[in-house]
Amino acid sequence: MAGVAVSTTINGDSVEYLCQPDETLLDVLRDRLGLTGAKEGCGTGDCGACSVIVDDRLVCSCLMLGAEAEGRRIETVEGMAHGDTLHPLQQKFLEHAALQCGICTPGFLIAAKDLLAKNPDPTEEEIRFGLAGNLCRCTGYDKIVRAVQDAAIVMKQA
Amino acid sequence: MNFDPRYSNRNFASVGTRPIRPDGVDKVTGRARYGADFNMAGQLVGRVLRSPHAHAKIRKIDTSKAEALAGVKAVITAADLPDLTDGDAAMYDILDNCMARTKALYDGHAVAAVAAIDAHTARQALKLIVVDYEVLPHVTDVDEAMQHHAPLINDTIFTEGLEEKPAKPSNVTKRSQFGHGDVHQGFGHADFIVERSFKTEQTHQGYIEPHACVANVSSDGTADLWVCTQGHFVYRQHCAQLLGMEASKLRVTSSEIGGGFGGKTHVWAEPVALALSRKAGRPVKLVMTRDEVFRASGPTSATSIDVKIGARKDGTITAAEATLRYTSGPYAGTWAEIGAMTAFACYRLDNVKTVGFEVLVNRPKTAAYRAPSAPMAAFAVESTVDELAKELGMDPVEFRIKNAAQEGTRSSYGPVYGPIGIGPTLEAVKNHAHMKAPLKANQGRGMACGFWFNFGGQTCTDLNIGMDGSVSLAVGTVDVGGSRASLSLVAAEELGIAYEQVKAIVADTSSLGYNDMTDGSRGTFSSSMATISAARNAIKILRERAAQMWDISVDDVAWEQGHAVAKGEKHGNLGKLSLKEIAAQSGKTGGPIAGHSELVADGAGVSFATHICDVEVDPETGSTRVIRYTVVQDAGKAVHPTYVEGQYQGGAAQGIGWALNEEYIYGKDGRLQNAGFLDYRIPVCSDLPMIDTQILEIPNPNHPYGVRGVGETSIVPPLAAIANAVSNAAGVRMTHIPMSPPRILAAIEAEREG
Repeated sequence: MAGVAVSTTINGDSVEYLCQPDETLLDVLRDRLGLTGAKEGCGTGDCGACSVIVDDRLVCSCLMLGAEAEGRRIETVEGMAHGDTLHPLQQKFLEHAALQCGICTPGFLIAAKDLLAKNPDPTEEEIRFGLAGNLCRCTGYDKIVRAVQDAAIVMKQA
Repeated sequence: MNFDPRYSNRNFASVGTRPIRPDGVDKVTGRARYGADFNMAGQLVGRVLRSPHAHAKIRKIDTSKAEALAGVKAVITAADLPDLTDGDAAMYDILDNCMARTKALYDGHAVAAVAAIDAHTARQALKLIVVDYEVLPHVTDVDEAMQHHAPLINDTIFTEGLEEKPAKPSNVTKRSQFGHGDVHQGFGHADFIVERSFKTEQTHQGYIEPHACVANVSSDGTADLWVCTQGHFVYRQHCAQLLGMEASKLRVTSSEIGGGFGGKTHVWAEPVALALSRKAGRPVKLVMTRDEVFRASGPTSATSIDVKIGARKDGTITAAEATLRYTSGPYAGTWAEIGAMTAFACYRLDNVKTVGFEVLVNRPKTAAYRAPSAPMAAFAVESTVDELAKELGMDPVEFRIKNAAQEGTRSSYGPVYGPIGIGPTLEAVKNHAHMKAPLKANQGRGMACGFWFNFGGQTCTDLNIGMDGSVSLAVGTVDVGGSRASLSLVAAEELGIAYEQVKAIVADTSSLGYNDMTDGSRGTFSSSMATISAARNAIKILRERAAQMWDISVDDVAWEQGHAVAKGEKHGNLGKLSLKEIAAQSGKTGGPIAGHSELVADGAGVSFATHICDVEVDPETGSTRVIRYTVVQDAGKAVHPTYVEGQYQGGAAQGIGWALNEEYIYGKDGRLQNAGFLDYRIPVCSDLPMIDTQILEIPNPNHPYGVRGVGETSIVPPLAAIANAVSNAAGVRMTHIPMSPPRILAAIEAEREG
């Protein structure tokens, strides 16, 4: 198969790559660009571990083709912190021990960032439904919800 | 060096605090490297061909077309993994499970594998492998598999543990029995007897990270394996044995692990990846798909359990009996045995008998799943206990308190208990605000108890003090949920320094002595014991160095709050030397300062929990919502309380999924019909309420700080607690897990029709 040339923006940087027409964005990020923060938990859009934000929309990168990223703006977990300053969500996940194994954490952080961008003051129920596309098997979600609640307060004050 | 593991009461400075974990920043920034996040130059992609049949003889495998495909660098079958197990039946089963030899024994059983230059080529190559199967009759249900006319999965199996050796082979590999007293006599003294039969369906640990490894075998016979595992030393041993290597020549590095819960304690893909790499002469990365994880890793047992309990009018249990049948997949296991041991462990019983049957079925080889076998037994027993309390007209908590095991009780599985937490957890539940929360229409409350043994095992730890006074702690137990934080706290506590001064890592198999895997809730229990021992050994050296620096006898040097202190009036003007000051001089006083520890961590304290659950059942749809949930569990000593709470909450959530929704669904063709997260639905955020926790601390007498394992017990009570709650809400006793909407509706309708 002939490769497809793609020009896109990832975490604010211009990026160009060649990918196969059947290659997912997740595979491109992980295998071609070395951005392994997004994880493949299922490959079928059921677990949310590969969540990225594409043009302000939350997307499972395993369900999008690498070729479809042409001209888009993609945000991954690697772009959340500014230098050595963590994003408030990252900081609150640490403080609340909202991760145990941590494999789902990049996806949750991205999904929570998208949620708070659209709804800066969510109720507990809105957080629970907003993050229902992301699976965590370790925490029972309790500490994740609390971390997002706490981050929302910090981000409103900022 | 002699190490005294006995508990002694003390005031803690670090242990019991809640600092941020040392691996945290890497995990929130995407930098942490899990199984699939590692790559090597020249790496190939490995893929596995799996049987579509539940049971089939493999007549022939033709790999010639796959081998001829451009870009394919190796194709292997069982012939490339010759039998080197030398009569070790358990290892032979592992070998056969990694790659089917003569028969495919379940839908998903590996039959061949390829390594190719990319995933696309590897997938194409799999399609070119021709396997000639002779399909055989299969059986997937535990009760059906025990019938004498059931298809035989292995005709060399004759049931062990019977009084007489059976004449015919069977799918029952073993019978085991536990108990004491005379249950027949005990039931004779009972005023009330409840007898019930239960079933639970097979569930998967559901870790979000699929199995993944990178294998690199060199032509000089050495090899490296990068892998997500709960036990890299065990993986090294198994892989080395199966590939005919010396263990020391195989270095296994455990990656960050994206969940295991018992499921990453067994090798599947790793020997296959090594064999592919050996044949191709290049590194091979092998990552399972989610479909493969469900079909071909190790879920827990499906079970069928009968329970009978009798009690006098005053609420004293006079006898308890259970028969437990557990599937082990197509290979022998000891799962029913463990279930039979745990079933009545919460109670003080004069007459108790449990019998376990291990049953072969055409399903994947059963693996451990968090307190393996205990949740199903607890579901059956605690449901029956609840019904018996109702018959007696007693409060279910009071009934359990009256019969709870105590210090000195002979447990139903043999040993006599030391100080234990079952009574205190029940008392805490009795007084918990949750018990007084109001319930609305269609809501019900349930509670249940649970037990887990906890394990210790072989443990090796190195503690190295840098010349700047910082401390490197190298442990060999894989960190599955924050143990690097708790072990750093323990090292800081023992040395009397700040938590931030310690950096803990999980060392690879070539850098540290053997460690058993992180199972049996042993990670923090056993590695903290080894860390304390290593730190005490380091302190001995620190004292010697201080004595040398001061030119006094080491007997006159004590270690207090991170400092060497000269004791006695004659040394009154010597002041203190900090760890940092002593370390800075180490080059002149005898070289590097370190403490090592190799031990068998005996005396893991048994663990008990009691859970309370409120549910709302929709009588129209049979759908159930958990609306309130509380976990009360004994931790012995909570080293990092936030992560202890996390273990309690996580176990409860997995139990909720198991109780209400999760199950392996097999078709009549023996194929798994729901091998994905869409159809095998684990709880999502919007399914659950906050999960309240209460940590009790009843010190384990066999650990210096009183620590008990905390990871597993939390999954033991939920099935029963939720079943009791649903039964109270719906007015009908639920005996089949999961209590999915169709099962609840059917039970409600059956009750209406009388």
